[in-house]
Amino acid sequence: MTATTEVLEREAKLQGLGVSRLRKEDARFIRGKGTYVDDIKLPGMLFGAIVRSPYAHARIKSINKAKALAVPGVVAVLVADDLKPVKLDWMPTIGGDVQAVLAGKKVCFQLQEVAMVIARDRYCAADGADAVEVDYEELPAIVDPHKAMAPDAPIIREDIADKTEVGHGPRTHPNHIFTWEAGDKNGVDAAFSNAAVTVREEILNPRVHPCPLETCGCVASFDKVTGQLTVYITSQAPHLVRTVVAMLSGIPESKIRIISGDIGGGFGNKVPIYPGYVIAIVASIVTGVPIKWIESRIDNISTTGFARDYHGIGELAADKDGRIRALRFSALADHGAFNSHVSATKLPAGLFSICTGSYDIPKAYCRVDAVYTNKAPGGVAYRCSLRVTEAVYLIERMIDVLAQKLGIDKAEIRSRNFIKADKFPYTTSLGWTIDSGNYHGALDKVLKAVDYAGLRKEQAEKRAKGELMGIGISTFTEIVGAGPTKVCDILGIGLFDSCDIRVNPTGSAIARLGTMSQGQGHATTYAQIIATELGLSSDEIQIEEGDTDKAPYGAGTWGSRSTPVGGAAAALAARKIRTKAQKIAAHLLEVGEGDLEWEVDRFKVKGNPAQSKTMKEIAMAAHTSNLPPGMEQGLDATEYYDPPNLTYPFGAYVCVVDIDRHTGETKVRRFYALDDCGTRINPMIIEGQIHGGLTEAFAVAFGQAVPFDENGNHLGNSFMDYFLPTAVETPHWETDHTVTPSPHHPIGAKGVAESPHVGGIPCFSNAVVDAFAHLGVTHMDMPHTAYRVWQKCRALGIDRR
Amino acid sequence: MIPREFEYHAPKNVPDALALLQQFGEDAKLLAGGHSLLPMMKLRFAQPGHLIDLGRISELKGIREESGVLRIGAMTTENEIIWSKLLQERCPLLIEGARLIADPQVRYKGTIGGDLSHGDPANDHPALMLALGASFVLRGPSGERVVPSDGFFISNYVTLLQPAEIMTEIRIPVPAPNTGYAYCKLKRKIGDFATAAAAVTLRMNGDRVQELAIALTNVGASVLKARAAEESLRGKVLDDATIAEAARLAMSICDPAPDQRGDAEYKVAMAGEMTQRALRTARSRVRR
Amino acid sequence: MVKKQTVSFKLNGADVDVVVEPRELLIHTLRERLQHTGPHIGCETSHCGACTVDLDGMSVKSCTILTVQCQDAAVLTVEGLEQGGTLHAVQEGFTREHGLQCGYCTPGMITRAYRLLKENPSPSEEDIRYWMAGNLCRCTGYQNIVKAVQYAANKISLARTGT
Repeated sequence: MTATTEVLEREAKLQGLGVSRLRKEDARFIRGKGTYVDDIKLPGMLFGAIVRSPYAHARIKSINKAKALAVPGVVAVLVADDLKPVKLDWMPTIGGDVQAVLAGKKVCFQLQEVAMVIARDRYCAADGADAVEVDYEELPAIVDPHKAMAPDAPIIREDIADKTEVGHGPRTHPNHIFTWEAGDKNGVDAAFSNAAVTVREEILNPRVHPCPLETCGCVASFDKVTGQLTVYITSQAPHLVRTVVAMLSGIPESKIRIISGDIGGGFGNKVPIYPGYVIAIVASIVTGVPIKWIESRIDNISTTGFARDYHGIGELAADKDGRIRALRFSALADHGAFNSHVSATKLPAGLFSICTGSYDIPKAYCRVDAVYTNKAPGGVAYRCSLRVTEAVYLIERMIDVLAQKLGIDKAEIRSRNFIKADKFPYTTSLGWTIDSGNYHGALDKVLKAVDYAGLRKEQAEKRAKGELMGIGISTFTEIVGAGPTKVCDILGIGLFDSCDIRVNPTGSAIARLGTMSQGQGHATTYAQIIATELGLSSDEIQIEEGDTDKAPYGAGTWGSRSTPVGGAAAALAARKIRTKAQKIAAHLLEVGEGDLEWEVDRFKVKGNPAQSKTMKEIAMAAHTSNLPPGMEQGLDATEYYDPPNLTYPFGAYVCVVDIDRHTGETKVRRFYALDDCGTRINPMIIEGQIHGGLTEAFAVAFGQAVPFDENGNHLGNSFMDYFLPTAVETPHWETDHTVTPSPHHPIGAKGVAESPHVGGIPCFSNAVVDAFAHLGVTHMDMPHTAYRVWQKCRALGIDRR
Repeated sequence: MIPREFEYHAPKNVPDALALLQQFGEDAKLLAGGHSLLPMMKLRFAQPGHLIDLGRISELKGIREESGVLRIGAMTTENEIIWSKLLQERCPLLIEGARLIADPQVRYKGTIGGDLSHGDPANDHPALMLALGASFVLRGPSGERVVPSDGFFISNYVTLLQPAEIMTEIRIPVPAPNTGYAYCKLKRKIGDFATAAAAVTLRMNGDRVQELAIALTNVGASVLKARAAEESLRGKVLDDATIAEAARLAMSICDPAPDQRGDAEYKVAMAGEMTQRALRTARSRVRR
Repeated sequence: MVKKQTVSFKLNGADVDVVVEPRELLIHTLRERLQHTGPHIGCETSHCGACTVDLDGMSVKSCTILTVQCQDAAVLTVEGLEQGGTLHAVQEGFTREHGLQCGYCTPGMITRAYRLLKENPSPSEEDIRYWMAGNLCRCTGYQNIVKAVQYAANKISLARTGT
């Protein structure tokens, strides 16, 4: 056996970085032995059912609990008045606003929480909830955000009517939340005046909902004897929940334990703190028994954190050859009735200013105006980290618009505008420093793989026959891994993350992190990172997240921050251990530290390789007396990682669609996705993330919406109408990759889970519009349902045979 | 998610079921497959005090052929229809239609009798029955009657089935050899009701239409038989022009309710498009 | 107050007796009374399929079945698939082909795939997609689920032919 083969064998045994090893967490899931929050049963547990408003905007005249209390099995009915003594009828939001926990004087969105019935089991609780009598006086509702700031618009938030600002600068109207802007407005305006060509489109990002298969819920358990509060919860950010609950309840944070166990999908829906959690906690504190609250699907779609609802205007100014000179984007943001928008304090519109995308755009300006409407609160969610989906959608749509205006090929125009590979790190005109990229390389590879020229030829032939075929391109740059604490904080707490590793005497290890998996495979991928750093098999590295009593403080996992921030923390904590291990090895081998080199799983003496110590041997030694003088026992380390920058995964996607002009149905014939997330930890898991993200993008582009009538009533808030594609509708995905590591990340990894969603949505949209481009269509709003696409065919007179 | 409380009855035979229906009257609902009724009860849109489960009545099951008539027990599930060798041979339109209903799990429970009795214009079997010239056996306190499917469906949730009656059997004359057929259903996704659908059966005499039936799903208060469209094609060749005219006539009787699937204009247009497709497909299945 | 009924049935081969109101849904009986939390609840409109169990040889949504309808029935949940410490081929397929991420749809998917392969031992990809369309997934995009079912079909077929 040669030396190299032996090294490769040892490396293979580690099942470390880069290997498509099978997942460690699967064992319980395939047996139905996961522990999701509704699986939790505690002795004496009661069940809470929420009573919700049928009206979008109404005064509450009275609430009568009597009939509900008379239902057998009902123990209590909580209303706002019951929360007032503990000052929890309102709560601060992550967005700098306040939100009603239970509506007191009025309700501001349909299905807003009005009461919680606590009962012996969920059947009695449902009967009790049915029996609560609420007398409402209906008020006119604002549903269209464009009408929110009309002079005679009804005031939604009477509770803050006198406040001149709600956390983000001056308000100009009672229904105004904030105006945020970035960039060089004057420079941009000037560039537009002088430009050879300008294009403008109104572009809607409709309100959609992340809709994980498991709804939100909790079991809150307060022990009156010890004063300890334990909450099992569907939370992507358990530590943040603990801190906020401490602030709200007055219970010391050291007596609060938040446990996120297995979570059935998050996608950003499980970051906010919902009224249901708070009421359940109060109910448990008052009764001294555990209280379970699990929301229904309709409640989930209707009241928990939605995504998007950005009414955008995109403008580009360019030269005749398609070189973009300036970008001017604005958006009217419908935040619903309360600003519970999950975002960093200093970034009320999230990372929207990434909207210059993959392009070298010298001047840019963007502005977001946020307003209240009589709809559920939210905005940031759905696999998009902080408004990046909205930003990338705008730029990827607008560059197609520009291409059509100038008659330049849509791939060619991108190529002309890309930031060149030798310009990284590149600071955009809106201030983000993109760590690395190779946009030309990615696009060229994809165009070759799909035979782009052949597709355009086929399209021309089909157009001559009156058939609709579209080719969509998306060359996106994402921004993830929030983030450097001086820029990114929530309620002041920085968005660092952490990893705490302990190596046992017998050479296995346990690592705990402040992130929180909801299916991304952390138990496997973090183990792989640490395995390669420490030379221990990933089979023997246990990963734990989600229990705030055990895990070090972190901001959780929102859409794609775990690898960039948690993964870095894991690698650096492991390196601290290896540094100590090297000292121990030197001591054991009686050489100087500098005489050692690391090879896969051991330190070898340079020039005398037979002399070596494996990490396992060192682990045992670390717990004995045989240590360098003055060194403590133990082999563990904690790393709190404050990222120096965010990371910028990117990709090139091509989508081919065929549209039936008689029905409006779109068939996705082919979707080719090339992603570059830097160093790839587990290709199998990456591919799974891409499949899932593209499927969610497909759902958004082709069918998802949360529609309302003019009175604010929901029109499609169950699975009867909210579009979750089945295996039949979902296209086949082809995946590819390039690897352009992040220079500032300890293992060069960028994170990937959001990219397919962010990059996929404009790709599908661009394909649909491209199918009509020869007929003069420059833009079509999502969702591209058969109905809406047919309406376009009808307007163009091409729907009939 | 949780229905109101109710009493549950599981009679073993039809007379017992009828007796219970009489006893509890309007406060009772028949439970067939349960996949229309139970979802409504879970949302508390329906709140019957009594459920009469037909699932233990063996007389209501079975698929057989007798003297040129297919006789299908009302409690036959969609899945049993799909896997029935007899129906695959004798009545492939029914198979095609059943495959387009709901999803695999729902099809294991959903019954043809339930689908037909409910009177929901969105259900698929009414159009298939009209296209096949089927009749229904209804049994009540005063005995049994056989009612043609054409005329059975009146309006939203209203059929000729009386409150005290139970549909026990569906009778379909075995389609003549070389009958063309198709059920074309436009829907947003698997499991959705039809945006619009058309069922066609077709017999040709040479290259001319000898006899045909066209029925439309979910574009009116009940299933619609496109009689004028049918009349326009009898004795004619099937070409682009005659098919387009038939579709136009089919569209002219539609009166769909707008919803998230589309507005009335779209649904009517889709009824026309599905009619065209069903006619073409049915024609292609007729051996020359 | 409606009188409760005693219902006796087999759950994963073992006899069970429960006392339930007529309105009690099978999913709740399984999860709350019988401690089988494998099947999950994902909606209340009978769409998502996370609650899928095998009832008398049929894949059904247990959220749309009344427990009182299950007298003398044989119910199989995901918990009953592993036999004597050996995973069922479908369970093995799901982990080998990365057919799960958050795991929430997985019990329903596996239980449905189990029955699918008895209905049709060598399904094409199109067959698998069509015959699994009663189970929604948000994480995987279904592509690896198809591969998982194909893996299981192959394994079962090899075991049957003894090659």
